[in-house]
Amino acid sequence: MAKTMQVSLVAADREVWSGEATVVNCRTLAGEIGILADHTPVMSVLAPGQVDVRTVDDGHWVAAVDGGFISVADNHVRLLCEFAEMAHESDFEEAKRLMEERKAASEGED
Amino acid sequence: MAVSLREYRARIRSVESTKKITRAMELIAASRIIKAQQRAQQAAPYARELTRAVSALVTYAHVDHPLTTEPESPDRAAILIVTSDRGLAGAYSSSVLKEGERLAERLRGEGKEVVTYLTGRKGEAYYRFRGRPVADSWSGFSDQPRYENAREIGETLINAFTAEKGQPEQVDEVHLVYTQFRSMLVQEPHDVRMLPLEVVESEERPSKDEVLPLYEFEPSAEEVLNALLPKYVQSRIFFALLQASASELAARQKAMKSATDNAEELIKKYTRIANQARQAGITQEISEIVGGVNALADATAASE
Repeated sequence: MAKTMQVSLVAADREVWSGEATVVNCRTLAGEIGILADHTPVMSVLAPGQVDVRTVDDGHWVAAVDGGFISVADNHVRLLCEFAEMAHESDFEEAKRLMEERKAASEGED
Repeated sequence: MAVSLREYRARIRSVESTKKITRAMELIAASRIIKAQQRAQQAAPYARELTRAVSALVTYAHVDHPLTTEPESPDRAAILIVTSDRGLAGAYSSSVLKEGERLAERLRGEGKEVVTYLTGRKGEAYYRFRGRPVADSWSGFSDQPRYENAREIGETLINAFTAEKGQPEQVDEVHLVYTQFRSMLVQEPHDVRMLPLEVVESEERPSKDEVLPLYEFEPSAEEVLNALLPKYVQSRIFFALLQASASELAARQKAMKSATDNAEELIKKYTRIANQARQAGITQEISEIVGGVNALADATAASE
């Protein structure tokens, strides 16, 4: 079995997920980064996009983040972002409605 | 006498309904405090991790950043005062406003011009009534602040702080006045200087044998710091807003509790007075009847 590491995804107002995982994939300003267990300490700025995590026992989840940070140290990956949402918790229709609303609002301003 | 008895009864009824309202408000505040405390707890991991990251950066990267550099001759200071949107919370808003006044006085004593930023409708009303200028204000979220609110405030304050010298909104330091939630019984107004950031010390120092990991920074330490510090400031503002909301609710609960107690007292007092009045009325009626009977008896005795 592959080595595991501790991962926590923290949003500004709550802890979204934390647990054991084997692989973390995310996008930083410097490019895509993939992290396995025992990675060297790194701190980087996340680009808005998705975070992809393979958990132990072949689980898998994806979350949307609006940017933020990733810090890796002592086999612990911390993903910090102001807003984060897990794919399986988000509501597509609701998100679409919100997007339309914001779009309409920003067009109204112009 | 009968009229005043009716008056007292009406007064008792009105105090009773007031008591019902204050009692309900007390219970609502009490249940909301628990929620506010939970929110503060949920926000704690983010603040903790952010503080860790900032300490690591500042310790290892030794980079200068506009948000951490002390201006050479500070002559304009911004104050952000966190007040409530609604009243009926005892001295909550007025004591934080008073603290703000004290801080402004001190800054003026140091020869700085003071620019005021406000959150909460009570603060806005206070400043508008006195005709004092307010640079910017936000309201509508004092009892359950969201991170978006903190972000908006943070952006405005950081913009003011990083503006070029000579611009109208430019300030050299930013202070934050809010109410700290110590316990359900004790909340005290508190001021901190938020910008320029003082050297950040993580609250829980790592023990001596545990060394902060030697991070690699991508793309570069400066860029990470550039992105990190504004978030740190916003997270501190968010923390202050959360503390203030818990304090506001605790203050409201306390105020409403004593209002309910006072109403009870008043009802007791009025009931006694009303009973006395009733008794006095009865006594008078009896003596009138007795007097009338006696007069009648005397009259008939005289005529016979």
